[in-house]
Amino acid sequence: MAEIVIKSVRKDFGSFTAVKESSFKIEDGEFFMLLGPSGCGKTTTLRMIAGLELPSSGEIFLDGEEISQLPPSKRDIAFVFQMFALYPHMNVRRNISYPLVSQGMKRRDVKAKVAEVSKILGIENILDKPVGGLSGGDRQRVALGRAIVREPKAFMMDEPLGALDAEFREHMSEELRALHDRMGATTVYVTHDQLEAMQMGDKIVVMNNAVVEQFGTPQDIYDKPASLFVADFIGSPSMNFLNYKGDVTSGQKVAKLGEHIINVPQQLEDASGKLVLGVRPEHIALSDSGSLRAEVQAVEYLGTTQIVVMQSEFGELKARVDSSMSVDVGDNVGVDFNASTITLFDQSSGLALRSELNDGALQRG
Amino acid sequence: MSFSVTETSSRVKWISGTLVITYALITMIPLVWIMMTSFKTPPDSISYPPKVFYEPSLEGYVNLFTTRTRVSPETLASLPPPENFAEEIVRNRDMVIAGPSKFSGRFLNSVIIGFGSTFLSVFLGTLAAYAFSRFKIPLADDLLFFILSTRMMPPIAVAIPIFLMYRKLGLSDTHLGMILLYTAVNISLAVWLLKGFIDEIPREYEEAALIDGYTRFQAFYKVVLPQAATGIASTAIFCLIFAWNEYAFAVLLTSGTAQTAPPFIPTIIGVGGLDWPAIAAGATLFLLPVMIFTVMLRKHLLRGITFGAVRK
Repeated sequence: MAEIVIKSVRKDFGSFTAVKESSFKIEDGEFFMLLGPSGCGKTTTLRMIAGLELPSSGEIFLDGEEISQLPPSKRDIAFVFQMFALYPHMNVRRNISYPLVSQGMKRRDVKAKVAEVSKILGIENILDKPVGGLSGGDRQRVALGRAIVREPKAFMMDEPLGALDAEFREHMSEELRALHDRMGATTVYVTHDQLEAMQMGDKIVVMNNAVVEQFGTPQDIYDKPASLFVADFIGSPSMNFLNYKGDVTSGQKVAKLGEHIINVPQQLEDASGKLVLGVRPEHIALSDSGSLRAEVQAVEYLGTTQIVVMQSEFGELKARVDSSMSVDVGDNVGVDFNASTITLFDQSSGLALRSELNDGALQRG
Repeated sequence: MSFSVTETSSRVKWISGTLVITYALITMIPLVWIMMTSFKTPPDSISYPPKVFYEPSLEGYVNLFTTRTRVSPETLASLPPPENFAEEIVRNRDMVIAGPSKFSGRFLNSVIIGFGSTFLSVFLGTLAAYAFSRFKIPLADDLLFFILSTRMMPPIAVAIPIFLMYRKLGLSDTHLGMILLYTAVNISLAVWLLKGFIDEIPREYEEAALIDGYTRFQAFYKVVLPQAATGIASTAIFCLIFAWNEYAFAVLLTSGTAQTAPPFIPTIIGVGGLDWPAIAAGATLFLLPVMIFTVMLRKHLLRGITFGAVRK
């Protein structure tokens, strides 16, 4: 069990930079998500922690020990691959016992350990089968078994649910989280699925274009996005962006979008020029008192809620409202924002402006 | 009547089956004829019209393994009765066995040189192919092309330089020299074939082994090699067939201690006239090791040929 500290780690492949100086800290026992679109550097980061890639510069600490240049076998970290990578020429039992055999553990102890792990994972009945014929879920369990059997300091998981079908993913993600809670081991989990990240993670690092965009709890990342990218990437439908020209001064509590005055959290930063007002769909209310008018273009019914798509003078807006509310296409409605949840962004840098709301939550790598 | 697109009708099956079997029989005629000849007596082997039915004899094999001298009928009559069937066959031709022939020695040379160079080619080829497949090697593509380019002209084109070089280095007519030569010719084939096979093995297997606490070499040895067994087996067969059958260099570079069977077998002609059964016996025995080796590895060979066609 260990904490992992990533300190300005960088990885170049020739002239291509996969990860730019990134720093974050993974606390002991945390279920930590590395989230981002494909090609953002999250898997490279994971592989650097595991030792499958060596960083071009920077340091990685595992339990206070600098490990960035150690071979993987010296790091005591387990890795679960997306395609499972079970040894195809061995049966389930040998796959799971393989890491123990490398440590020179006694045969009897190996047997006991494998029995224990297979009981935890509920795979006792397939121990003597070849891995070739197993279902996706069983392969996943065997891969997990191989990872947990030697009780490593930390687990790395590279989209471990990516190869499973949708129905099974849900089940497996619960199983994974339960397993983590039971073992309490530090886990670093790579995914491109923001729902999975929000659902399972204690903390999330959002990466984009080789850069850490934000690092924090799922709540912070959702409610207090540090950049336009994070605000857009997290949440479905994503945050509404109202582009406008204007200025903000520190201490101000309103944003002036042309003649519209919109209440926002108290700002702690000056900015001017092209700005963006960001508001989540569920923080938009339809009311006649609203300062902004918009025309309803579509309504998507989602059961308990519905998504109302509207066109305003600042572009398209999506609101998530109770499905009991009756809204018709073509209606002209007033739009009101929940002031305390609004984030302002500087359009040119793409970064959030500091305010009462997000002060202290804008940690970037 | 119903038709299936994928399943052929029984008539098509019957016709294609007949064609394949006919083709196989035609290609096998020379081989079968050689084997038949090896069991004929010298007069039967040159009789006209050729004999298809005959009384089998081991004379060819006896002649292959022995040297004989002609003796006068009086001497023959004064000898004690023959000790074994070989002696008896030889005496029927008014001769006695003078000693063993060089065939078994030459055959052994073929085995040493053929299997030795096959082992070396596959061993070095696997290591090189693994490196090309897994590591970032500067100019890897150019190196691979360079390796392949050694096969772009017939090896015999460089026979004279090699002959001179070998004489200078003292490698002429040595086992080591022939093993090195055949390895040099085979290694490009081995590297290219094996690289294809190793490329097909996902890297994750080795990475998993590295994470599980094994060194790079252990991961290669315990995880990659078993996965590449198919490729290694088919590569070995190709290498062995070349080294085993090679004739031109063997004639040029060997004459005594390291002479292989291919240049030796024709020299049987002329020792005691055209002894076709002995030559056929030599050819038949010479076929066996490659046949046995191929049959042993045939499962791998078939999988090797279709390898990579369907992704599992």
